[in-house]
Amino acid sequence: MATSEKMEYRGQIHQLQKDMMVEWYQKLNESALTGKPPAVSLMISGNCIELLEAFDLLPLYPEVNALQLAIRRQSLEPILIAEEMGYATDNCAYVKADIGAMVKGITPAGGKLPVASLALCNFVGCNVYTKWFEHIAEFQKSPLFMLDVPFLRTDSPSKDDIAYVVRQLHDLVKQLEQISGKKFDMDRFREAVRNSAKVEDLWSRIKHLSKKKPSPYDAYFDAISLMGPLYVYRANPRGVHFFEVALKEYEEMVARGQGPLEKEKFRVVLEGPPPYPFFRTFRDMFAKWGACAVASTYSTVGGLWEFGFRHDPAEPFEAIALHMIENNVTNRNYLQRYDQIRKYVDEWDADGLIIHFVKSCRLFSAGQGDMRDYFTKELGIPTLYLESDIEDPRYFSEAQIKNRMDAFFESLGHAPARTAAQLSAGRAGSGIPMVPVQSPKLRVLN
Amino acid sequence: MMEVLSPNIERTFDQCAELLRDLTFPTVAAWKQEHPGAKVIGYFPVYAPSEIIHACGMLPVALHGAGDGLELQHADARFGSFICSIVKSTLELAMTDRLAQMDGLLFSTICDSARNLAWVIKRNQPGIYVDFLHLPHNPNGTASHHFLVSEYRRLIGHLEELSGNKVTDEALRNSIAIYNENRRLLSRLYDFRMEHPERLRTWELYVLMRAGNFVPVETHNEWLRGVLEELPGRSGKKRDAIRVVVEGSFCEQPPLDLIKVMEEAGCTIADDDFILGRRWFNADIPVEGDPLMNMAESYQDRSVYSSVRHDFRNPRHKQLLEKVKHAKAQAVVFLTAKFCEPACFDYVLFKKELEAAKIPHLPLEFEEKAYTFDRFRMEVETFVESLLFE
Ligand code: SF4
Ligand code: SF4
Repeated sequence: MATSEKMEYRGQIHQLQKDMMVEWYQKLNESALTGKPPAVSLMISGNCIELLEAFDLLPLYPEVNALQLAIRRQSLEPILIAEEMGYATDNCAYVKADIGAMVKGITPAGGKLPVASLALCNFVGCNVYTKWFEHIAEFQKSPLFMLDVPFLRTDSPSKDDIAYVVRQLHDLVKQLEQISGKKFDMDRFREAVRNSAKVEDLWSRIKHLSKKKPSPYDAYFDAISLMGPLYVYRANPRGVHFFEVALKEYEEMVARGQGPLEKEKFRVVLEGPPPYPFFRTFRDMFAKWGACAVASTYSTVGGLWEFGFRHDPAEPFEAIALHMIENNVTNRNYLQRYDQIRKYVDEWDADGLIIHFVKSCRLFSAGQGDMRDYFTKELGIPTLYLESDIEDPRYFSEAQIKNRMDAFFESLGHAPARTAAQLSAGRAGSGIPMVPVQSPKLRVLN
Repeated sequence: MMEVLSPNIERTFDQCAELLRDLTFPTVAAWKQEHPGAKVIGYFPVYAPSEIIHACGMLPVALHGAGDGLELQHADARFGSFICSIVKSTLELAMTDRLAQMDGLLFSTICDSARNLAWVIKRNQPGIYVDFLHLPHNPNGTASHHFLVSEYRRLIGHLEELSGNKVTDEALRNSIAIYNENRRLLSRLYDFRMEHPERLRTWELYVLMRAGNFVPVETHNEWLRGVLEELPGRSGKKRDAIRVVVEGSFCEQPPLDLIKVMEEAGCTIADDDFILGRRWFNADIPVEGDPLMNMAESYQDRSVYSSVRHDFRNPRHKQLLEKVKHAKAQAVVFLTAKFCEPACFDYVLFKKELEAAKIPHLPLEFEEKAYTFDRFRMEVETFVESLLFE
């Protein structure tokens, strides 16, 4: 039976998160006005914020700009501006919103955004990144650094893959020295990497808390709120503090048997980015059915830590390379993503999988029909397939999504639980080798 | 091996065109019969190091979708909306056993759709070798050279296992020389068309080049040489037409009739990027020295610009202008596959550059399975007229 419940944010971390992000935007504004500290634009996925931290450089994330525009319902105007410039209706709207906003001087928080002293394209899986950064460099006349990360096309990265990225990181250091006017300090770099390892450890423990019943937070919607500090402050003590507070708060909720919903009726895994222009509406649709996400692939775009990877301060360059190549969902191959989702369903004990196809993002979406086929037919996992967009409000059909969701949860409420035998039968027939998500040579801190 | 080269050059082109339409890969079947036990590697566009496959005693076959020859029964459900045709038709070919003659399939870093396709095929065709090459994107310094050599070595390891053959440096050098020859012959044909477009129509050059995707390079070289010998004696009538460069069809290929329609509607195509992978290098790969390093260096430093290869030292939008100048073209026609993300993105900077240089352009979109071209013809005609009578 559906309820009209809405999920509400609780606790102090959401406020803390907001304050930290506002502060970051203030710093960006300051950098835009004074040139200090210089800003470097880079991508969320598998990035090397640790190196920027070591040089006191300010990260500027075009993706976060796009996200903020969408969530504040300001994305359509810049998208249309970009389409006037020649971008196709079919191009990733994240790029269109960011570029459209950039040329018109629209910023999500109202303040100014700096021109990047370096457009650092840490190309991690998404081919659109390379275009996006080429365009940023062209329109802003920023120098471009194309950090080429080999796609994970084997079970784990080879020595050559790692050496290739490390060589480029050393080249990058030289460029960052010029931009910042500082000499590279290995100790500060190690310190930044150590902070990241701590944050990752805390974040990973949070991720495992959603195995509890009820889960103390929603691993899609709430996880996204935590992702801001994770990317902007990961290598900084502020990030460590934030995640300590977050972990404590969620542990207390577990102790009280409390979750984000009045009652957790369904546990689901979410695949694919969210519809940011309708974030709240989308969330309410889940809340209505008492459905809580216990895991999501989108919350691993920046890094995949819940299976053990941590940045290793003893080998900081190699750690960054491993993070980029192997330990974020976007640089892993498609079948490894199936594997990741299957683990979530099994180990986080979910009732079903929701695949959110977003038109903009072929990295996520191309082939999701096959993914659905695999999970429903091979594994017998109830799967719902929805379509909209991450950024473009024109592709959200509320009535259609609501109907499909209602039908899905209605029938899920009547479905018998899968048996262990069904699970292993599905596995035997999948034809996909179990690939360990965790790199065996890495140190596990928790 | 199927005889294509006929004493009559028109017949040669027609036979090549037939070969493109035949989704059973008859020439590949013939090759397998002549070489019992030998293996075939199909590769998805745009570029693959064919020299390596060849040096391993295998036949490289460049795949180019299924044109309008295939109903999609499986692929639409798996790839859904907003994905280009070639990704779907290639999956359909695989899922309907039409790629059964391929012992392996090779993909590379061209775009996100094609990359996911590699793994979807791998899951649905567990019996065959599917691999993915990471072709580097950072053209600065020598790190990419070393990386690409290691990537080629990894490929060689798999191919040796599959074929039972060893790849020697000697064999690689030999293959490089043969493919250099192929590229040189193609480039002579391109030069000839640029000089005498009335004597070699683009659709003819196109089918001749594309037929080479399905036959051993040695055979293709013979065909190209044969045609080059015949061409000077050929006559043709000059027409009222505008000279254009065609850009954007580097991966999914437009229907052949569409190329014909463009020519009929008054475009003389002076240069294009059809099947770009066959003409990937703008100079020979050096034969002497370390063959893999030579190939890697050529990939990074001596290859053509493309929407799927990143070289910010020499941006593509600048290179397009060079191309237009060299071809003495008046305009550019963008012939872009629907939903082709790399091509769509590049259009923005191409457009900006062309507008600044006051070179007119016409953006057009196609799907490989399109079969009516009336609207298309009208758009081209209007564009041509606007330039002819301006
Ligand atoms: S394609 Fe997807 S991953 Fe890439 S930039 Fe767009 S939204 Fe991000
Ligand atoms: S046509 Fe474009 S989008 Fe499609 S596979 Fe080729 S490069 Fe990718």
